[in-house]
Amino acid sequence: MSWFVYATVTLLSLVQGNPTVKSSQQQAPPTAEQSVGYVQQQQSTLEYNNMEPKPALTPAEAMPVEELNPSHYPARRAAHVAQHYLNTQHGSPFKLLGVDRVVSATSEEIAGVGMKYVVVFALKEMITNEPMGQCSAEVLYPIGEEQAPPQVQCSCEGLLHIDTKAQEEALYQQLKASDSLVSGHNIPDSYGFIAPEMKPFWHLGGVASSFVMLKESNESTLYNMAQVVNVTQQESQNKELTFQYHVLLHEMVSQEIIHWKLLVAWCPAEGVRVLQTEWQPKCHHCVAPPSNTTLTLYSTS
Amino acid sequence: MRAFVIFCALLGSALSHKLFTGDQVLRITAANEERLAFLQQTYEQEKHLQLDLWREPLRGSPVVDVRVPFSSLQTVKAFLEHHGFQYEVMIHDVQALLDEEKAAMDRSRQRERDTGSFDYTSYHTLEEIYAWMDSLVAENPDLVSKITIGQSYEKRPLHVLKFSTGADRPAIWLDTGIHAREWITPATGIWTAKKIATDYGRDPSVTALLNTMDIFFEIVVNPDGYAFTHSSNRMWRKTRSINAGSDCVGVDPNRNWQANYGGPGTSSNPCSETYLGPFAHSESEVKSIVDFILDHGNFKAMISIHSYSQMLMYPYGYTHDPAPNADELHALAKRAVEALESLHGTKYTYGSMISTIYPASGTTADWGYANGLKYSFTFELRDTGRYGFLLPADQIMPTAQETWLALLTIMEHVRDHPY
Repeated sequence: MSWFVYATVTLLSLVQGNPTVKSSQQQAPPTAEQSVGYVQQQQSTLEYNNMEPKPALTPAEAMPVEELNPSHYPARRAAHVAQHYLNTQHGSPFKLLGVDRVVSATSEEIAGVGMKYVVVFALKEMITNEPMGQCSAEVLYPIGEEQAPPQVQCSCEGLLHIDTKAQEEALYQQLKASDSLVSGHNIPDSYGFIAPEMKPFWHLGGVASSFVMLKESNESTLYNMAQVVNVTQQESQNKELTFQYHVLLHEMVSQEIIHWKLLVAWCPAEGVRVLQTEWQPKCHHCVAPPSNTTLTLYSTS
Repeated sequence: MRAFVIFCALLGSALSHKLFTGDQVLRITAANEERLAFLQQTYEQEKHLQLDLWREPLRGSPVVDVRVPFSSLQTVKAFLEHHGFQYEVMIHDVQALLDEEKAAMDRSRQRERDTGSFDYTSYHTLEEIYAWMDSLVAENPDLVSKITIGQSYEKRPLHVLKFSTGADRPAIWLDTGIHAREWITPATGIWTAKKIATDYGRDPSVTALLNTMDIFFEIVVNPDGYAFTHSSNRMWRKTRSINAGSDCVGVDPNRNWQANYGGPGTSSNPCSETYLGPFAHSESEVKSIVDFILDHGNFKAMISIHSYSQMLMYPYGYTHDPAPNADELHALAKRAVEALESLHGTKYTYGSMISTIYPASGTTADWGYANGLKYSFTFELRDTGRYGFLLPADQIMPTAQETWLALLTIMEHVRDHPY
């Protein structure tokens, strides 16, 4: 029986803006969508729906606004989407943002467009555990059968208060000056351990994953990055540092672990960019060598 | 083949004869069927290379693992490179691996006999947990006993710790380790069991609890899955039962209970992480608990512990209809979560399962509830996604300590509201 590799390679070049108090989803520079096939049976293009921000609707087109329970999952999923968005905009090897608590939320069906959530949540910087004040986000899940990324607008009161420029610059200079290329695997390992020098690359993986998690989100998903399977620094072509990542994403509703390969570029001035993403199909027979434990002999009978 | 390899390895170790020094295991990927056939042909023909096939290509996976003796390594690698075969070195030195394995086995044989010196701040293997159970029983013979309620799919024993100070008492059920990758749960379970044993006779509330009720605690509900997360795939969730007619292994034990079995939030695809199984209670891990609780006939509460998300939930997972005592469960959950938060500030959300996390049918707590255990809860422990399943070991104690406060709140309520 033949086997097939289902891989979609896309060019994703969302440029990260400088930290601003109010940030809205920027138009990606016009990029040709490419699907590189080494697909034998199926070809699929993942379209990135760079929708124009919709004009304000007259009341007649909108359905009633529903108050949501902040403890329940619809509000939490919407806040999580805003979290992914914030990380694509502001995340770095030294800055990772997270939802600490949902304060309030509403949802509204916009006929012909999709579901609009307005969610207020308490923000936290995850590395330092610093509370960052509150954010108010608008998350619009577009209508349609195919997955299309939610549109997010978000304003946060406390984002400017974290300054990680010095740490970022120090890491950048250190890597630029180094003769060898950084690599790591199983971050964290099975026991939750991360070597201190690998932490920035774990954070960077989280930020890069946020681009994918944002794009893959809908009302029926909740994504987290479960692990960096490996990260390998690539030869630098320009001022940016480049890394090849293999990450595991955990999708809470289906409970699936999803493999993605990401090509990631970073420098303090430009922030994090994801150059390529490639979904890896689930391998039912693969045995992943366990990390930090003695390998047991494995052989067929 | 495997038996032969192990025999050689043991013989080699016994004779201090390094049979596998420098041997490597290569994982070779064939790009297509034709390439694979060529590879197999070479393997069969070139006997003098003494190649040892460890893994055959399976449908859907054109990958072979081959042990290559040190003497043939150069030849084989040159061959692979010349013919453009992609390969990676899975094991750099088989003998070194064997030596390490043996050393590890020797170390684990010196198992801790004393639960007082047991390391509660690290994650343990199944063998270590089972040995610890025996220690706990040995140290607290008047309070704790071990009951084997059945066998897992792969024939591992399913052990339950019974905490009891008298006969014919109403009982509380606690379980951890139903989903293999949720390591923080059995880690919390061990600490909690030790806590209960320690506090009886010292803490008035625990003493009063155990003077009126029994506690039954299954620390590893899914030992096959747990062992698999140590040996092969840290992210494994389900049981390890073979599914007829499918390459995919395992059933989600938290969708396999007879409680609106097959309803929303389950999958009928054996390859899915929420595969409900061929029928309710198909999994021996589940059936054993069902039979035990029903035979006992006097359970009053069922608390099933998972990770992650930081939630405390009560029935139902399969419908938005409120449970008959939903108000009571909600108020109790609120108090439990407040007690938990009081220790380290860890924030939990709480509510019915279907509204708090997602619709799910055939779950443990819904089954308990459907069978008259009106205090049935599901915990999702730390964290909320930062580390997820890979929670650092230094969070085991804080997690266990804060969770204990919530557990105690619930158990006190059950104790004080007999029915």
